[in-house]
Amino acid sequence: MLSFIGLGLWDEKDITLKGLEEARKCDKLYAEFYTSKMGVSIEKIEEQIGKKIEVLSREEVENGETLLNEAERSHVCLLTGGDPMAATTHIDLRIRAIERGIETRVIHGVSIVSASASLLGLQIYKFGKVVSIARPSENYFPLSPYDAIKDNMKMNLHSLLLLDTTDGYMTANEAMEILLEMERRRREGVLGEDTLIAVVARVSADDAMARAGYMKDMIKEDFGETPHSIIIPGKLHIMEAKALVKIANAPEEILEKI
Amino acid sequence: MGRKEENIRKAKELRYKPERRRNIGVVAPIDDGKTTFSDNLLAGAAMISEELAGQQLVLDYDEQEQARGITINAAAASMVHEYEGEEYLINLIDTPGHVDFGGDVTRAMRAVDGAIVVVCAVEGVMPQTETVLRQALRERVKPVLLINKVDRLINELKLDFQQMQERFVKIITEVNKLIKKMAPEEFKDKWLVKPEDGSVAFGSALHNWAISVPYMKKTGITFKDIYEYCKNEDQKTLAKKAPIHEVTLNMVIKHLPNPKEAQRYRIPNIWHGDLDSPIGKAMIECDPKGPLSLMVTKILIDPHAGEITFGRVFSGTLREGQEVYIIGMPKPYRIQQVAVMVGDDRIQVEDIPAGNIAAISGLKDAYAGSTVTSDPNMEPFESIRHISEPVVTVRVEAKRPADLPKLVKVLRDISKADPSIQVEINQETGEYLMSGMGELHLEVTEYRIKNEHKLDIITSEPTVIYRETVRKTSPVFEGKSPNKHNYLYVVVEPLEESVVKALQEGEIPDNVKKYRKEVAKKLEELGMSKEEAKGVFGVKGANLITDVTKGIQHLHEAKELLKQAFEEVCNAGPKAAEPLQGVKVKLVDAKLHEDAIHRGPAQLIPAMRNAIYGAMMLADPILLEPMQKVFISVPHELMGNVTREITQRRGTILDIKQEGDMSIILAKAPVAEMFGFASAIRSATGGRVLWSTENMGFEPLPDFLQDEVTRKVRERKGLKPEPYPAEHYAG
Repeated sequence: MLSFIGLGLWDEKDITLKGLEEARKCDKLYAEFYTSKMGVSIEKIEEQIGKKIEVLSREEVENGETLLNEAERSHVCLLTGGDPMAATTHIDLRIRAIERGIETRVIHGVSIVSASASLLGLQIYKFGKVVSIARPSENYFPLSPYDAIKDNMKMNLHSLLLLDTTDGYMTANEAMEILLEMERRRREGVLGEDTLIAVVARVSADDAMARAGYMKDMIKEDFGETPHSIIIPGKLHIMEAKALVKIANAPEEILEKI
Repeated sequence: MGRKEENIRKAKELRYKPERRRNIGVVAPIDDGKTTFSDNLLAGAAMISEELAGQQLVLDYDEQEQARGITINAAAASMVHEYEGEEYLINLIDTPGHVDFGGDVTRAMRAVDGAIVVVCAVEGVMPQTETVLRQALRERVKPVLLINKVDRLINELKLDFQQMQERFVKIITEVNKLIKKMAPEEFKDKWLVKPEDGSVAFGSALHNWAISVPYMKKTGITFKDIYEYCKNEDQKTLAKKAPIHEVTLNMVIKHLPNPKEAQRYRIPNIWHGDLDSPIGKAMIECDPKGPLSLMVTKILIDPHAGEITFGRVFSGTLREGQEVYIIGMPKPYRIQQVAVMVGDDRIQVEDIPAGNIAAISGLKDAYAGSTVTSDPNMEPFESIRHISEPVVTVRVEAKRPADLPKLVKVLRDISKADPSIQVEINQETGEYLMSGMGELHLEVTEYRIKNEHKLDIITSEPTVIYRETVRKTSPVFEGKSPNKHNYLYVVVEPLEESVVKALQEGEIPDNVKKYRKEVAKKLEELGMSKEEAKGVFGVKGANLITDVTKGIQHLHEAKELLKQAFEEVCNAGPKAAEPLQGVKVKLVDAKLHEDAIHRGPAQLIPAMRNAIYGAMMLADPILLEPMQKVFISVPHELMGNVTREITQRRGTILDIKQEGDMSIILAKAPVAEMFGFASAIRSATGGRVLWSTENMGFEPLPDFLQDEVTRKVRERKGLKPEPYPAEHYAG
């Protein structure tokens, strides 16, 4: 049997009770942290569950053979940050398990997709396409996020931006630089210094942070330790605008624009 | 003031007068007396003493060039010559004739506007003559002809006066046939060489005389006189009456263009930027006041002065202390010194205006082919085309393990100074591999490492570089990304012969993305379908990749990654990790993940690599091996020994001609079998043989050797002996 267990967002206490029980009773515990890291050490999580955890590399998870072979004979759990299937990464593994006649189960965890909205007080009904901001490399500077943000804005929808986790976690500031570079390349007036930007940092941690303001100010702000995520609000409802002012310290003048 | 000092002073002055300047090269196959000739030109212009000329070999720069008696580097010199009452400055670049050193010839041609083609009267037009002439004409370098070693026709071959003239006519006709065949369209007729207008000279470089029709008219000397002087062994008098530098430099000044004239038609050929931009105009006009542009043609590592960069200034003026950019490098560089060359002297000057050849120090990161400019946004010059590619490799190691860091540096310096030497590290075995144009080229380089860089090295037996290609069209093959969220569908097939040829000849710009329309049009003309021609988004070597899909979202954003994977595969194919040749990759479909991170480099590069590898394994992949043309001139009675030596080496005899009591054999043989040929042929003929080789591209390795060679190459590289089947790449 192969169980996918979501660890949630920050520390060893974000796992659901159901997930904890499943992890405690299984034969072998694996974890991967390349899709998202936790705010606490692996030892803390091991302590909470009371079991050794073997951390797998991206290659090992993508190849999947060891996991699947073992899951054919015994009960194996794979721990992941957030909600295991939210970013689709592990669906291939689940499909292959099913094809090999292995029983599978998903135990959900808290995902940034809902948590960022709930922290900022934005309405989940008003979110458009979710996009990742990739760290540009020599041959790869995807501009498709720009199009997605543009389309969302056109439809008055919010855009949730997930930030690259390879080669170190991307800060919101770095992501904003990339957004401005996209604007420089495309020049369609989608993003600029006066674009309203919301940033959430360390969601679910005790010192979780929510901030909103104009790009020109936000880009200079220090949001502390990663992970960070960005939300570019579309047209705000009055309650959303109030929430951004009260919770995220957005400039009061946004209320007048509603 | 001595004549030399006087000339240096004049040379310095003349660098400001473009109409009184010529930049020329001397090109000829090996052993045709080219270096002796260059030295005599210099001696005539009092750049070296007259008695020494013919012995000193100033342009044979390297100690070991002198030892081997062949010219390896294209060194530069300048000299002053008076013609019809005016003084001219002639910048001369000597180039190697041995085909192993072809890279240097190509680079030298970028720096010059005209070339003296030297043809040996005894041997006639050789296949290498065609090669060097092609290199010149491709760069729009105008030729004039010197028929050398005329004395030997008379004294050794004992030709009579009539036969001598027939020989001349034959050579001139053959050279003109080549010019007609290879010259750019607009010059096909204009550039033919004609004795009557003085664009052909006849002489003996060794004995320091030459003659041309205009010079005969002026002095009253006739062909008959020449014949008599030679026959009577009085070439000294001839050298007084018709000194070679006088006659040939007159020919150069009259028939070869000055930089101002030449840049007008050469610039559009070597630079693809906007000709109406300030820098474009300045180059067309050869304007010393315009923005600076210079193309690097050679790097020399001088034991005392360090790295010296040679290049042609096309516009603006190069100044000491000036800040310049090397295109592709982020920060500016400060020019430390600029100099003009005289033999092996660099004469320092304050500035070098457009149209000159400069020796520069301070350009640390330049390499042959670099564009140096005052405008960091300048479009770079077209890359210099190498007609031949490296075909032979040796493994190199330092004798003392402690010298490893030094080895790394020396190899880097060597390949910088001679870009036809390629150095790489085998990732599997950690060995250093040095590749070059032939066995001799690598031997010479090894000698240099040992003697000039004072580094003790051990080299392996040479091995040849193979190519991988396919013989049929593959079925559609699916390549998956590691996260299994991206699928790429690829077909691989043999690339059209005509396209392969055009790519090898450099008729298609490297940057296909930028010149999309032109490339598509050209490829369609060459016989590719419109759909495929339009979709081409990458070329590498003689291979290309085309996208024939329609309307796939996000694909445009992934193209660079697919191209990168294609280029990696072109460097190392699935059969034996050898470079590809003649392979067409067609992307026929793709399923991509919605999110940019899930279809990033770590996902798409492996997916594309697997797709191409898998498809190739289903397209009848084979190895090609490098071939050489072999020219051998040997007395009749020894012909049997020679043909035996050739056929033992899987060679085939293509042609046998009789010239007097000599047989001229033209053969072809695989490079792999030609190692050690030099000593074998010497002992088979008791040394009574003249021979040379020329690389002639790749041909399929015979079927019976395919598996064996594949295994050998793989094992040498530390790979498992058998290539993986297609299924391996489907995972």
